[in-house]
Amino acid sequence: MPDIATRASYGRALLDLGEKYDFIVLDADLSGSTQTGLFAKKFPKRFINCGIAEGNMMSVAAGIASTGGAVFASTFAIFAAGRAYEQVRSSIGYTGLNVKICATHAGITVGEDGASHQCLEDIALMRVIPNMTVVCPADDTQAYAAVEEIYKFDGPVYFRLGRHPVPVIFDKESYKFNLGSAEALREGGDCAVFSTGVMTSKALEAYEILKANGINISVINIHTIKPLDTETIVKYAANTKNVVVAEEHSIIGGLGSAVCECLSQHCPTKVARVGINDIFGRSGKAAKLLEYYGLTGSGVASAVKKTLGVTE
Amino acid sequence: MDGKTVNYLKIKAAEMRVLLLDAIFHAQSGHPGGSLSSADIIAYLYFYKMRFPNNDPKHPERDRFVLSKGHACPALYSALAVKGFIPKGDLNTFRSLESYLQGHPDMNKINGVDMSTGSLGQGFSAACGMAIAGKIKSSAYFTYAIIGDGESEEGQVWEAAMFASHYKLDNLVVYLDLNYLQIDGDIRDIMNPTPLDEKFKAFGWEVVLADGHDFADLDRATNMVSAKGRPGIVICRTTKGKGVSFMENNYLWHGRAPKGEEYETAKNELADNLNSVRRGDNA
Repeated sequence: MPDIATRASYGRALLDLGEKYDFIVLDADLSGSTQTGLFAKKFPKRFINCGIAEGNMMSVAAGIASTGGAVFASTFAIFAAGRAYEQVRSSIGYTGLNVKICATHAGITVGEDGASHQCLEDIALMRVIPNMTVVCPADDTQAYAAVEEIYKFDGPVYFRLGRHPVPVIFDKESYKFNLGSAEALREGGDCAVFSTGVMTSKALEAYEILKANGINISVINIHTIKPLDTETIVKYAANTKNVVVAEEHSIIGGLGSAVCECLSQHCPTKVARVGINDIFGRSGKAAKLLEYYGLTGSGVASAVKKTLGVTE
Repeated sequence: MDGKTVNYLKIKAAEMRVLLLDAIFHAQSGHPGGSLSSADIIAYLYFYKMRFPNNDPKHPERDRFVLSKGHACPALYSALAVKGFIPKGDLNTFRSLESYLQGHPDMNKINGVDMSTGSLGQGFSAACGMAIAGKIKSSAYFTYAIIGDGESEEGQVWEAAMFASHYKLDNLVVYLDLNYLQIDGDIRDIMNPTPLDEKFKAFGWEVVLADGHDFADLDRATNMVSAKGRPGIVICRTTKGKGVSFMENNYLWHGRAPKGEEYETAKNELADNLNSVRRGDNA
């Protein structure tokens, strides 16, 4: 099966759900990139292009939602979480209105556009807003399934999506998306690896690399970063006593921080964080950038070995 | 608008002014200047223009109102109290910890508030959202909003202006409270947003000037800009602090509560005004 970008899954899901549900979709002149254009073409009366004015778009979304029904608002993560931060906070977070902020092009895998467009701070910015649910799917199956579940959930959601095609992990026929639930994909007693987004397929690669070295890890996918499934996280941390968190985000404020906040309170454990080390990104092919910043299966495997005190 | 309606609205606005001054005095915090300058526009909307089927401020077909300059909420809260949507007695809890009457409007806490506002520019965009939702859902309600002249220095105001014009939101009427003062002084000295009428014309709006303290004029202007195939804006010439002599046209009363004697003086002036408009009604 070919790799699929989660933005494509989102675009397909909107198109399919558009028949079933009566929501409205907004975009800020990026409908081709965010894939909301598919919905726009089929349901032009329920699509509003807000032009290059993301702050206005977020408050418009709140105004529409205040009259009833769900609104999906899409742009790149850097503009959704960055430029329009305070509109998201006050018009959507504070009001608790039913707006789904579906932000594509998150993380380093934006690629060639470089640092100005690579949002490595959005998980941090969004999860600190009260009322905000933060979801970051790991593959096509999960992203597609999540769209219907976040539609059904009444309240603000930040949905983090990528531009870069990623391997399909979950089986389309059997997969069920449970908002708020972490998913253990591999079981192993030496170390627990918590991952989100594109890093989940990398964590699965690390599982294979380490297994060949006689090290057994658990891989737990965290698609819902807020509210965090603390019960599952504590359970795996308590079992393994060694924790690594992998995310395509700054090591400050993202999933790694969320796991640390959880474990420092409920199960003090040393946590190693794999992510972008408090620096801006740069241009390059997405796959090359992942390698450059160590966001790979071997990068995660190295972090596990270091945590376990195993020399490479 | 007939003389009887004008007198009725004068009484409602006078009641609101007495109440809002009390609320700010009890809180010893709040924004009297902009509240007093917006009070007549809000009175016109709540006691004449806006439709509330079954007198229900949550009715889906009701007209919407967004106070984008949310700091003027004492005027809105007093209108909601006079309207009967919230108890008058609660106004004196304004801005206190135990109160639902927040320092800026909160739609989840206050019956009759259609949108939480306070961060300037956002309410205007939200009003555009309500208006376009009405178009998409084929609902006949109108959306009204008040923005400030200082607020018009926010970039988001112009994003919203562009949006409303692009989508021909002729079910949206905005009132610009032009009192020429912002916290730091005269808008023309701080960051001149004028000429506001010309700017909104250039953005494709139906623009009319009005006296923001004259109900007949507000009604004339509102009718001129409503449902004209594009969004309408009434540029309302107003007096900051209107009705309290020592607050009028003084930017220092933007965000300051009156104390002891100041309050007594202000209260007497507003009470005298209320008595005089009531007498006018009976005459």
